[in-house]
Amino acid sequence: MTTFMSRKDLFLLLGFTIVVLAMPIWLAPFGAGYPDLLQRFMIFGIFAVGFNILFGLTGYLSFGHAAFFGVGSYAAVWSFKLLTLDAIPAMIFAVVISGLFALVIGFLCLRRSGIYFSILTLAFAQMSYNLAYSVLTPITNGETGLQLTLADPRVLDAAMGQTFVGQPVPTLFGQQLGGYAGFYFCAGFLILAFFIAQRIAGSPFGMMLKAIKSNQTRMQFTGFNTRPYALSAFVISGMYAGLAGALLAVTDPLAGAERMQWTASGEVVLMTILGGVGTLVGPVIGAWIIKYFENILSALNDNILARFWSFLPDGVSDVVVKITSKFVGDGWHLTLGLAFVIVVIFLPGGIMEGVRRLAALFRRSGSSSPKTSARTQPAE
Amino acid sequence: MEKSNVVLHVADVHKRFGGLHALADIDLQVEEGKTHAIIGPNGAGKSTLLNVIIGKLAPTSGQVVFDGTVLTGRKPYQINQLGIARVFQTPEIFADLSVLHNVMIPALAKRDGMFTLNMLRALDSETGIRAEAEHMLEDVGMLGRREMLAGSLSRGDKRRMELAMCLIQHPRLLLLDEPTAGMSRHDTNTTIELLKKIKSRGMTKVIIEHDMHVVFSLADKISVLAQGRIIADGSPDEVRGNPKVQEAYLGGAH
Repeated sequence: MTTFMSRKDLFLLLGFTIVVLAMPIWLAPFGAGYPDLLQRFMIFGIFAVGFNILFGLTGYLSFGHAAFFGVGSYAAVWSFKLLTLDAIPAMIFAVVISGLFALVIGFLCLRRSGIYFSILTLAFAQMSYNLAYSVLTPITNGETGLQLTLADPRVLDAAMGQTFVGQPVPTLFGQQLGGYAGFYFCAGFLILAFFIAQRIAGSPFGMMLKAIKSNQTRMQFTGFNTRPYALSAFVISGMYAGLAGALLAVTDPLAGAERMQWTASGEVVLMTILGGVGTLVGPVIGAWIIKYFENILSALNDNILARFWSFLPDGVSDVVVKITSKFVGDGWHLTLGLAFVIVVIFLPGGIMEGVRRLAALFRRSGSSSPKTSARTQPAE
Repeated sequence: MEKSNVVLHVADVHKRFGGLHALADIDLQVEEGKTHAIIGPNGAGKSTLLNVIIGKLAPTSGQVVFDGTVLTGRKPYQINQLGIARVFQTPEIFADLSVLHNVMIPALAKRDGMFTLNMLRALDSETGIRAEAEHMLEDVGMLGRREMLAGSLSRGDKRRMELAMCLIQHPRLLLLDEPTAGMSRHDTNTTIELLKKIKSRGMTKVIIEHDMHVVFSLADKISVLAQGRIIADGSPDEVRGNPKVQEAYLGGAH
């Protein structure tokens, strides 16, 4: 092995690591520098990076990845209940279980491609959701959701003589994983997830996935059995989803069935497309933007809007408040939908395409600013 | 005397599409190292025959045997792994990938087989495969275009690249479906030169072709197909003089 990583990839990874670890600092002015939201940025970033391996590289659009996310959450919570409150065994357990689950679902769904594949994944995910909600109540605790209690066996913790007072919370080697500790724990996994995705995209295996997306017929006549390639991509992205689901359970040890619903599956599709399908950084940025706006916009209400528009004349400001209030609070999905439509029409390659166009513009005008070029590495 | 060595044998193949008898009683023997052309008017069943050989279509009855192995019922990728490569009538290429990657992929298929999970090795460390692909591209005169996206090539270049994708696997049998269709005279002649060059490497080839100029410059043996049947079989000179062939081409089907 002559080269471990190309220079370009190494810089991209370093830049990504710095941006992620410094998030509490640079996001503070935007009102997003608090641990709860930062944790979600990391978690959904992982979800989107993994989803992109299937959708972006291999070209299979799954509408059911929330199922693996949910399975990861349930598996992690069960690990907390039965084994130990330590997060590491829970993560491993969740990734293995969601990987196995993805193997079965993927094996069945990949018998078809295109829209039929998408519909199959959607059907399986909705089935999983309904099972979690009703039939599997002994495992999932149905509507209430699975949570930790003092009475849980936790055999490993018990064997080591650890006892708890109050509500049990996940730990890492005895340290509680709330707040910024939880954020850095998740951030470590996002960076690892990004690194692995980068390696996959830059390997012969990754090239095969791209080739499958490009021309499946040629792949077959070139001597490749495309099914196991697509299945591997499916399982890998399912494991990523399981990892993300487990992290959500680590930061908030409660797993509910709504996590597996089709809207959650659709959300990760939106994140990937918004950021840039097939790029490495794009899906992460898409996830951050969606989670940011969900958080900011849904917190706004009529009072805040009235104060914001108060510089306008009375009659006018009432009308403006009335109109804009439809786009915030519970109606923030309307804003998301609009933003999505605009991006897809004007920037079919997502935000990453916008960044690339801007970079090209700068280059043409001769003044290549180093500040933008750091983020415009065509992530491939 | 030297006994001819049959490498591909299409034995008693029939293919029906509903009421249409697309191939009837086809018996074809392709000898090792030879270039065998299949010609015939439009709708004669040439492409159907090629699709049956390559495993894209299953024959209604009969079988195809390659070097002692029955191909019938095998998947296209298994047939390729046995040493059969195909150039399509409309180039089947990886339009979203670079020319170099297009050629590296078949080389990896040849080396690593139909599936390997080599996801932690860097593509950049595949220097051997890369050099092989660059050498191949030089052979077909496309080295200068290796970084271009394959989808942005001209039609003639796409076809040459597809040929390179097949040749890099060093197949024992190469199937060419109208390799010069839609090409200019100049491109056609370059392609003929290229095909002549690989002829000297001892590769067996089956060519389906419309252009008689191409056929007579390349083929060692010609089979004439009309309405799903082989009506003549022999050396170019024999076929040229055959009255049945002249009738099929000039009298009827057109």
